[in-house]
Amino acid sequence: MKSLLLILIFVFSAFTVNDVKAQTNGTQTEQRIRQLSEKIRCLVCQNQSLADSPAELAGDMRREVREQVAAGRSDHQILDYLVQRYGDFVLYEPPFKATTLLLWIGPFVLLAVAALVLVATLRRRRRAPDEPALAADDKRLVERVLGPAAPPQERDGGAR
Amino acid sequence: MKRFLWPLGIFILLVGFLAVGLTLKPREVPSPLVGKPAPAFDLPVLHQPDKRFVPGEMRGKVWLLNVWASWCVSCREEHPVLVELAKRGVMPILGLNYKDKGDEATAWLKRFGDPYQLSVVDADGRIGIDYGVYGVPETYLIDAEGVIRFKQIGPLTMAIVEQKVLPLAKALQK
Repeated sequence: MKSLLLILIFVFSAFTVNDVKAQTNGTQTEQRIRQLSEKIRCLVCQNQSLADSPAELAGDMRREVREQVAAGRSDHQILDYLVQRYGDFVLYEPPFKATTLLLWIGPFVLLAVAALVLVATLRRRRRAPDEPALAADDKRLVERVLGPAAPPQERDGGAR
Repeated sequence: MKRFLWPLGIFILLVGFLAVGLTLKPREVPSPLVGKPAPAFDLPVLHQPDKRFVPGEMRGKVWLLNVWASWCVSCREEHPVLVELAKRGVMPILGLNYKDKGDEATAWLKRFGDPYQLSVVDADGRIGIDYGVYGVPETYLIDAEGVIRFKQIGPLTMAIVEQKVLPLAKALQK
């Protein structure tokens, strides 16, 4: 009972924290800036987005994004602005074009190749003979150990 | 036997990819600005804050724009190379003093030598963003028409200067 109460307290406190956050910076513009920043890579710490990076350059770039949003430029224009200066690498999702073709379709090509290999292997296996026939004296050995090959009911009866 | 050769072949191919991958430098992002006109700016000059400089003044000359800061450790490592290059007088070197404090920047130049024809002050890093700067030092070779021909990310070394910058600059100066 006590633990249930504790859990409830934690759950509800989490809700209230989120509510406060949503109230303080939940305006549409802030959300847009946040979403944009998450699409942009920080060039200093390359595996972090602009939104998460503590680097100074990221701060400057966030300022740039914020100013351009305030100036009424579209998301597309802002991303273009950064790509012109830092290249496609600044985007987390690379654009689909000739140089990134392999990047985009490579996994699907690999998947198709793997599927073909799988189908070919399965077919070859099906065509192969099921089990090699036992040589006569091997068969006798098996029968001596396991008993004569017979329908299961009969063998059960024999055991009793 | 062929069964075992297949995985071995794939393994060797993967090792090959990884080996090539190890020699690549993910820090060096190719700049989309190479081959494009150098972005314009209008910035105060470090030693004469009441004077301003625009890159248009360098029209007709092949020149280097070096982004530096007194807080940047690699810049100190690079500095002797720039001083040597300035001594040879092959081409003018201009500095873009990036997100620095004026007095610290001038003190730094006094201490280590000033290879720059002049330095301009980009105190809030806006021009740095226009030039796609993400790690100081960076150096741009700009031709007589104001087009960026080469970008060095990270410190210049004497080897890079001799092998890349000087040959390219001489070809552009003709």
